[in-house]
Parts: sequence; structure tokens; C-alpha cells
Amino acid sequence: MIYTDEVMKHFAEPQNVGELDDANAVGEVGNAKCGDIMKIFLRVEDNVIQDVRFKTFGCGAAIATSSVATQMIKGKTLEEALALSNKTVVQKLGGLPPAKLHCSVLAEQAVKAAVADYYTRQGIDPALFVNMNECDEHHCCGEGGNCG
Amino acid sequence: MSNNMAYFDNAATTKISDNVLAAMMPYLTENYGNPSSIYRLGTESWRAVAEARAKVATAINCQPNEIFFTGSGSEANNWAIKGCMENEPQSAVITSAFEHHAVLHVVKKRDNITYLPVYDDGFVRLADFTRALENNPDTALVTIMHANNEIGTIQPIAEIGTICRERGVLFHTDAVQSVGNVHIDVQAMNVDMLSLTGHKFHAMKGVGALYVRKAVQRRLGSFIRGGAQESGKRAGTENVAGIVGLGVAIEEAVSDMERKNAKLLELRQRILNEVAHIPKARLNGAIESRLPNNLNFSFEGIEGEALLLQLDMSGICASSGSACTSGSLDPSHVLLALGLPHEIAHGSLRLTMSKYTTDEEVDLLLTKLPIIVAKLRAMSPMWEG
Repeated sequence: MIYTDEVMKHFAEPQNVGELDDANAVGEVGNAKCGDIMKIFLRVEDNVIQDVRFKTFGCGAAIATSSVATQMIKGKTLEEALALSNKTVVQKLGGLPPAKLHCSVLAEQAVKAAVADYYTRQGIDPALFVNMNECDEHHCCGEGGNCG
Repeated sequence: MSNNMAYFDNAATTKISDNVLAAMMPYLTENYGNPSSIYRLGTESWRAVAEARAKVATAINCQPNEIFFTGSGSEANNWAIKGCMENEPQSAVITSAFEHHAVLHVVKKRDNITYLPVYDDGFVRLADFTRALENNPDTALVTIMHANNEIGTIQPIAEIGTICRERGVLFHTDAVQSVGNVHIDVQAMNVDMLSLTGHKFHAMKGVGALYVRKAVQRRLGSFIRGGAQESGKRAGTENVAGIVGLGVAIEEAVSDMERKNAKLLELRQRILNEVAHIPKARLNGAIESRLPNNLNFSFEGIEGEALLLQLDMSGICASSGSACTSGSLDPSHVLLALGLPHEIAHGSLRLTMSKYTTDEEVDLLLTKLPIIVAKLRAMSPMWEG
């Protein structure tokens, strides 16, 4: 299994790592059993993601997809962030090994979970805007089929 | 190793020793004869194979006609299990929960299997074993590894062997990680079959051996049918150069063992002392009765593959029981068998040394490891530092 240079670049120097003290939305997906947990912190103002940070427990691909996904939604509207798909994340990284595709799904879901949390905190039903594509809790989710 | 590079994955494979390579070279060049041929070019190869067989036999204290060369340790394990069970398809097998997959994936095809539990110290218990035997009076084969490949703990093989011998039950041990690292005496251990492979002790990849005690050889069917090689039990033209290398490597390993292991224990203690300063790090498996070249740690809050990639960026080669390195769903079945929770098992690091491991390599490891662990924990949502 070989990662692309772009994956290794994000793994070696991940962007937007950490927490946001003034976050007004937090999303967490994955579980420790599968070996991947992604947590995304957002500061949303006027429907725009002003700042974003992440914390990830997981493999190289999980860290790289977190890094690239947070880069891609920073400064974007909530609608734009919700439109982020795992395929775009994979493209941006120049590809992922098949067993690691689930990490990109996890990144997409982490963004959605954070935006959903924002809506909830605003008293808005997130189901109106966010389609979480909940994965089976008993299996490590994703198109890759397994947890890698 | 070269400057700024440290190799801590000798349980995966080892560097070929200079003497081994030199001994092999003639059989890769001018002495290319087939050992089965009648002319001198062939008989020279035959003689070389016989000499290597004698060296392997001496190293583990058996007769040359009890050594059968194979293409790998996995082949030896497959053969030992399949070969003696062909005629007894219904009978029971006793093994342990943390065998190598080359054993587990072979025995699991059978109906009646007992997996001995492994305790958090990394050992099976004789009491569990004798109970399993009593519960399965039709046991045809017991296969328990000598030293575990991930945590290096050495199982009570001689005791298990004695019980098997008393009851007339065949006993196989996968000693792939042990041969060349600790003294192995098949007589003292009362084993009927033992698997080994050369590339774990500085021979080349692709050559292993199965020891089969003379008295039980009639119970072991042939594995590859064809020519008369390996007493007709394992057909195929011999890997002459590989076998010659295996012979030299095992002889070197045995003659050098005390000196080498004294040095390894010193290096290992240095690593243990330093890792003790890393918070929430644990040694997996007991330090007693363990291969002298093995350490296996878990670092809470981080995942194994990320740790390995970071180490690699610092020039350090190591391995992990992480699922991510194997492409399977679950983390190491060995660490899970020890009772570790998944999230801890995902964050394991196996460090295995050899006679070539230097103080400088350990220096590099000990400089980088604490920084890398701290860096990964800083980005982990599971770490409340």
C-alpha cells in the first residue's frame, strides 16, 4: 500500500490541527473500535465557516483527509460545506488506496456532523439540510468496505 | 544500518549476513547443478544440500533425516497441520488464540478446534491445555507456537510436549520467530514437528524447514507430489543456494547466540528505560520468558499506522499490530487475544532487533519516539493531555 505524495504532505504537515476555543459547532464521527475518530470544530458567522480545526485518531489517510477537508471548507458557506463529497476529498489527495477510501467518507461525515450540530444549536432541525448517510454502527463504514 | 536509518523490524525479516551470501554465491553462479543429477556438477549440489541439512539438524538437536526443506515457514506450518490430519478428518485439534495466521487459517477449516486462551502476560496455561486434552480425548494434533511473532513471549513448549508424548498426541510448534534467536532443542522440548524459516536469522527469504521426528514421519503425508526430493515428501528441485544459506545462517546464529543476546538485552533495557518516561505507554506481554530481541508497546490515544509513518519519516523501520497496516478490519488478533481493548490494540508498536542493531540506531529511535508520540497525541481527540 502506497500513499500519494499529496497524502503524505498532508500527513506530515496537517493543516488546521487542534481545537477552537470559540467554536459554535462540533462534529465527531467514527469509533475507536475501527481505529478512526474524527472531530471537527467550526466557528460559523453569517452562514460562513470563519474558522475550522480538527482532531483525528486514525491512520495516515484519516489524518490527511481531515486536513484536506478542513482546508476545503474554510471560508465557505454552510451549503458549500455540505456539498463536500468524499470523492472530491479523494481527488484533492490524488487518490487513496481502496482500503482507505472509508477515511474520505469519514471526513465528509465529520463535516456534515459539525454543520448539523450548528443547525441544532441554532434551534433548526438539521435533518432539513443535512443528509448524514449514517453508516452501519457495527461495521467500519465507507466505500472501501473495511477499516483498512 | 546506514546513517540516519534504523531497522527495528527483524521479526518481519532480516538482512542477509555476509557469510551467508558468500556461501550461497557459488550455487547461484558456477555450481548450478541439479542435486538429482548423476554427474559431478549435480552431486556437488546434492552434497551442499546434505551438508546444510546436517547443520540445521545439529542446531536444533536432531538427525539430518528429520529435516525437510520447504519454501517458507508458512509452508512448514501448512504441511505439519494438513499432512498429519489427512487421515483423521474428524479428530480434534488444540491450538492457541494467538498463533500466526499460517496456523490459524489452516486449522480453522476443521470442525473440532479448541483455542487455548492467552493471558495478558502473553502465555497459555498448562491447566487450560490439560483440560482441553481431557475434554477432547480424540485430539490428533496439538499446535502451539514457540514464541509469539508480535510479543515474543515463549510458551511452555517442553511441558506441553511432555504431556503430548505421554498421551501419544502429535505435537507441532511454530518456532519461526525463535530459531536463531534462542536455543532450540527438539529432544528437550518433546516436539514431533517444528517449523522454522531462514530469513528470520539472516538467511534469504523463500527457504524454511520442517523438523519431523523420525518416529512420526509415517503419519505425515507428502505435501507436494512429484519427484523424490525431501524423501518423496516434498517434491520440487531444491532451492540449493537458499538451503546452503540457511545452513550457514543457522550455524552462525547458534555459535554467536550468547554474545548476541547479551548485547540485545542491553539495548532492549535502554529502550525500556526510555519508554517508561512516556505517559500511558504499556509493554504488551511479560518481559520474562520473551525473545531477547522483541518489544511491543501500546501508546494510548494514537493509531499504529500513523505512528509507523511518522517513524518512517524519521528513518525508523518498525511494525504494528494495527489493522491499517494489514488491510483487515480488526487490529492485531494477538493483542486482542491478550485482552487489550480495540483502541489500545490499534496503537501498538513492535520493535524487533538483530545482531546488526547498533547503539546509534537505538539512539535515533529514542530521540524520535517520544516526540512523535507527543505530536500524534496532540492531534488525537482521544488524548486528554
